[in-house]
Order: sequence, then C-alpha cells, then structure tokens
Amino acid sequence: MEHIELFFKSIFIDNMVFATFLGMCSYLAVSKKVTTAVGLGAAVIFVLAVTVPLNWLLDQYILKDGALAWLGPEFASYDLSFLSFIMFIATIATMVQLVEIIVEKFSPSLYNSLGIFLPLIAVNCAILGGSLFMQSREIPTLGLALTYGVGSGIGWFLAILAIAAIREKIRYSSVPPALRGLGITFIITGLMAIGFMSFGGMLTGGDEKPAEKPAVEAVIKKQEIKKDTKEIVAKNTTLNE
Amino acid sequence: MGLLSKKDTALLTDPLADNNPITIQVLGICSALAITAELKASIVMAVSVMFVLGLGNVVISLMRNIIPSKIRIIVQLVVVAALVIIVDLVLKAFAYELSKTLSVFVGLIITNCIIMGRFEAFALGNSPWRSFLDGIGNAAGYGLILVIVGFFRELLGSGTLLGFKVLGDPIEKSGLYAIGYENNGFMLLSPMALIVVGIIIWIQRSRNKALIEEN
Repeated sequence: MEHIELFFKSIFIDNMVFATFLGMCSYLAVSKKVTTAVGLGAAVIFVLAVTVPLNWLLDQYILKDGALAWLGPEFASYDLSFLSFIMFIATIATMVQLVEIIVEKFSPSLYNSLGIFLPLIAVNCAILGGSLFMQSREIPTLGLALTYGVGSGIGWFLAILAIAAIREKIRYSSVPPALRGLGITFIITGLMAIGFMSFGGMLTGGDEKPAEKPAVEAVIKKQEIKKDTKEIVAKNTTLNE
Repeated sequence: MGLLSKKDTALLTDPLADNNPITIQVLGICSALAITAELKASIVMAVSVMFVLGLGNVVISLMRNIIPSKIRIIVQLVVVAALVIIVDLVLKAFAYELSKTLSVFVGLIITNCIIMGRFEAFALGNSPWRSFLDGIGNAAGYGLILVIVGFFRELLGSGTLLGFKVLGDPIEKSGLYAIGYENNGFMLLSPMALIVVGIIIWIQRSRNKALIEEN
C-alpha cells in the first residue's frame, strides 16, 4: 500500500519538473523532438532506479549519524553526513559510466538509442535531487527507495514527453516573435505546473486525519482504472492478433 | 584601470545582459526557480553560486593542463562538491533558518548546469584570472535574474521585501491595504517563477531583436 502511495506521489504530486524544478536544463534543451525526449526520459528512469537505492544503502550504512555502528560500538558516534554530497555525486558519476559500459556491451541497440544521453545524465539535477530528497525525506526501507526512484523517473519522463509533444505542435501556431522558443516553453511549463498542482489533493487531502479515508479510496480507484486500462490493452492486443 | 583590459571587462558585463546564463544560455534554471519565493533566499543563493563558480573556475583553470580529458567530468564534480560542502557548512553555522528554506537546493549547486557549463566552455581553455572574471560575471548574471524574480515574487506575493512590510500591514489594514489591495498568494507558488522568467525573456528579446529564436 505505502509503495503504491509513494509511487503515485512521486509521479504526480512531487513531480520532479513541475513541483521541484529539477532537471530543468536538459528538460528545456532536449525537448524539441518527441523521439529524443523519450530516449532521455527512459535513461533518466533507468539511472534513478539504480542510483536512489544505491545511495540509500550508502546513506544508511556509512553516512548517517551513527550509521557506522555495524563496524563496532566504538564507531557508533561518527556522523559523516557532511560527506553526502560528494559521495552521492561520485556514486552517480560512476554508476552512469558503468551503466554506459554495460549497456554498450550487452545491448548495442539500446546503447544506440540511450547511449548519447547517458553522459548528459551525470550532471542532470533530477538524479542528484532524487538522492538528496530521498535523504531529506528519510525514506525508511530499500524497497521504498527503489519505488521512489522509479516513480520520480516516470514523473520526469511524463513531463519531458508532454512538453516535447507540445513544442512539436506549437511550431504551427503564431507565437509572438520575442516569445518564440525558450520564452513560450517557460510559460507553458508554468501552466502545466499549475495543472499538476491540482494533483496535490489526490493522496493527502490536507493534513487532517479524517481526510485519510478518501485518500485511500482514491488510490484504490486509481488501481482499478489501471486494471481497466490493462484489460482494454489486453483486449486490443488479442484483437490485433 | 590597468587590472581590467577591455576584453576582461567584457567577460564581466556580457553575462549580465546579452549572454545571460539563464535567459540566453539556458543554464542553471533548476535552482533559479525553486528558491525565489523570497528575496533573501535568492540573494544568498546568488552569493553562494558566485563563490562556487568563481573559485571553481580558478581551480579548474589551474589544473587544466594536468586533467586527463577522459575523466574530467568526475574531477570537475569533485571540485564543485568540495566547494559546495564549504558553502553548506557555512550556511548551517551562520544562517541555520535560511539553510532550512534552501534545503536540498544548496546541494544541487553541484549539478547546477551553469557551473559545469562554464567549466567546460571556459575554464578548461583559459588562464586563471580570466576564468575568475568569467565565473564572477556569469554568477552575477545568474544572480541578477534570481534577484529580479525574487523581488517581484516577494513584493506581489507577500507584500514584503527582505521581510520588511513595504506595502503596509495586511492585518492592521495600513498603507496600500487600507484602499483594498490584496496580496496575490499565487505569486508564492512555484509555477509563477516560471512565468515570471518567461516574461523577463519576453521583455529582453523584444528589446534586442538579435536574440529572437527561429521557431
């Protein structure tokens, strides 16, 4: 249950792009065409799903206050959390390199579609932001950290896909010359972010206790909808066959 | 001034307007938007970036001949991360409240594209002094946008500037509030930062036609 809740929360309510503005640079730079946007989005999901759990382990067993207690009681008073920036970014940079090498070796076709984006990702704020939010929100288990990573990745993917589609269409409309390109993209993103704010009530419904029940129902509904769409998809595929 | 030749002055002033890192180069937007709800946070962020970028540019420029080009990204990340840790610890020690408002965004200076962008584009090929000026200039251009956005969002959103109630007191109904003025709470929400930056870009590009993009 809490997995599903965190999953939808990280996709819609705490959407990387629209709620916290992370990964804006590549979001603006690589959203001119849908196909490239899909490639970068997929790479972000992949890297977030790998690095967030990894950094969770790092945080839990090395960096946190008292995390070194597993080495012996004399280490229990160490607090290395001031090192977390440098450790997280080192993990991310090495993981990205490693993933690039592995993907190149085992799946050249995936490498051809993802490959050029992977080096870009090491300096994508969304990746480091995912790890830092994981740390500051104190996500309790490894499983939840994985869910959080995948969820935020999908949120970012949705955002870049949406803006790329809009930008492809907007080419045919007459935007005021001074707003063309960057300006209109900013304003559209602002409007989309306002739209995404309406998801805010989906899970929490405010902070009061009584509101918790409808929140759960909303999640269940969401699941049902998902099931429905799955069935429809299944039907369609059988029809096609 | 003998210290700054004409070229050097251009390094400092270009990023303020026609080569602004945010509105023209599209670098460093992530952090620019999230923390501009109040002017004070914007100023602190601008100063932090200026420190990191100025010093980082010098360090990278000093090492530019000994960094193997294959691992330069990791070297750059380590340099930035070390500088950002200094900023973070200083903020935690002297401005704890503020460091709470900035939360993870201090850490995100590491991946602020403006820093990597300037390292790659300038510090790797220029002397330390010129790199320093370039760093300060770009950070100032970045800070300028931050301060403008922070100014408007705080003024229109909560009617204060740096915490001072410049438009009067909304509860006692003094100043502008006496004639029925209301704060626009919407300005405090994050999407408005995007729209304010969009409007800044609009104004800048309609004044300087050379900057207008092809569709």
